[in-house]
Amino acid sequence: MAENFQAITTRREEAQGFIERMVSRGLGWARKYSLFQYPFVTACCGMEYMSMAGARYDIARFGAEFPRFSPRQADLLMVVGTVNLKQAPILKRVYEQMAEPKWVIAFGVCASSGGFYDNYAVLQGIDKIIPVDVYIPGCPPRPEQVLDGLILLQEKIQAQSHKLIDRHPPEPELVRPAGRDLVSGVNK
Amino acid sequence: MSEFALQRIAERFPDAVVQGYSLHGDETLVIERAHLLEVARFCKDDPELDLKLPLSVTCVDFIDEKPRFELVYTLYSITKKHHLRLKVRVPEEDPVVASVISVWRGMDYWERYCWDMYGVRFEGRGPVKRLWMYEEFEGHPLRKDYPLRGRQPLIPEADVQDIYRGPGPGPGSPPASRPNPPRPSQLPVIK
Ligand code: SF4
Repeated sequence: MAENFQAITTRREEAQGFIERMVSRGLGWARKYSLFQYPFVTACCGMEYMSMAGARYDIARFGAEFPRFSPRQADLLMVVGTVNLKQAPILKRVYEQMAEPKWVIAFGVCASSGGFYDNYAVLQGIDKIIPVDVYIPGCPPRPEQVLDGLILLQEKIQAQSHKLIDRHPPEPELVRPAGRDLVSGVNK
Repeated sequence: MSEFALQRIAERFPDAVVQGYSLHGDETLVIERAHLLEVARFCKDDPELDLKLPLSVTCVDFIDEKPRFELVYTLYSITKKHHLRLKVRVPEEDPVVASVISVWRGMDYWERYCWDMYGVRFEGRGPVKRLWMYEEFEGHPLRKDYPLRGRQPLIPEADVQDIYRGPGPGPGSPPASRPNPPRPSQLPVIK
């Protein structure tokens, strides 16, 4: 009797797992084809963003049709261009205002790593302050590269597990730079 | 034409002019710090010079020379179509010059720039705000003794180690020593 009960509950869990997987795949399918982007455009990469969003390369073919200029309506943050230290708090705030689920693309080497601006004013990659899903190299990247990055992100979204009711993911570990020695660049 | 402006200012302000030279059609005048404002006003108001368009003020940091900074005022006359460059040497201990925004209102932007990037202060105007860096920033980043990668972040960052990236003095190295090339100010003096 007990064994039967065990078997039944196992099958119920399996059945629930099956439904969850189906829901997850359906949600993933829906989400990857309806990415509303928030273009955080700060520098010359913006030109390439425009050509990619325009009619010739046409990002609308991938369902990422509408740039939304409110972070609350967007679920893909595209950081396009150089982010300097004066702007970093703004970027962080924009990211925090976006509703879950949300993804981030670092568009161009400046957003990915600071690029050749290895100087006193530029943030060395946005992954120092917000988590990033896809990095697109290039200075600026070709539109094909961006579309490739977008397809990579779509594959990633499809492979993620989606739930109807989701929890907030843990925040990345950040440190206060208060005691940073300017000359050697290390924390005291 | 090429030394006209130099002659005119040297005649009018014999005490103010340290040096003047003309190179490739560009006239340059090195003047005393104390006389900057009256020379500037004369440049603008004189009908023969008519230098009404201030193009820029920038600063040069000669870190191993004795008045350390040199402010360079570039002026242009729209009606007469000639340039004039005024240079003023400013010592490091007392980096103060008279503000020229009472003469050219548009110099406000450049004076803020010189304060932000080089720490040169301007007298006779309201408080100077930083132009590009944030108010929390300490130091003046285009001075040659400011550390190359001296970043001062405003918000917490993930602690990714700085890796060495290409040539150039790395973190912690002193300012590079440079040979002394002959400077245009060693050209003949017309005073
Ligand atoms: S990666 Fe290149 S093109 Fe893009 S913002 Fe940086 S410098 Fe400009």
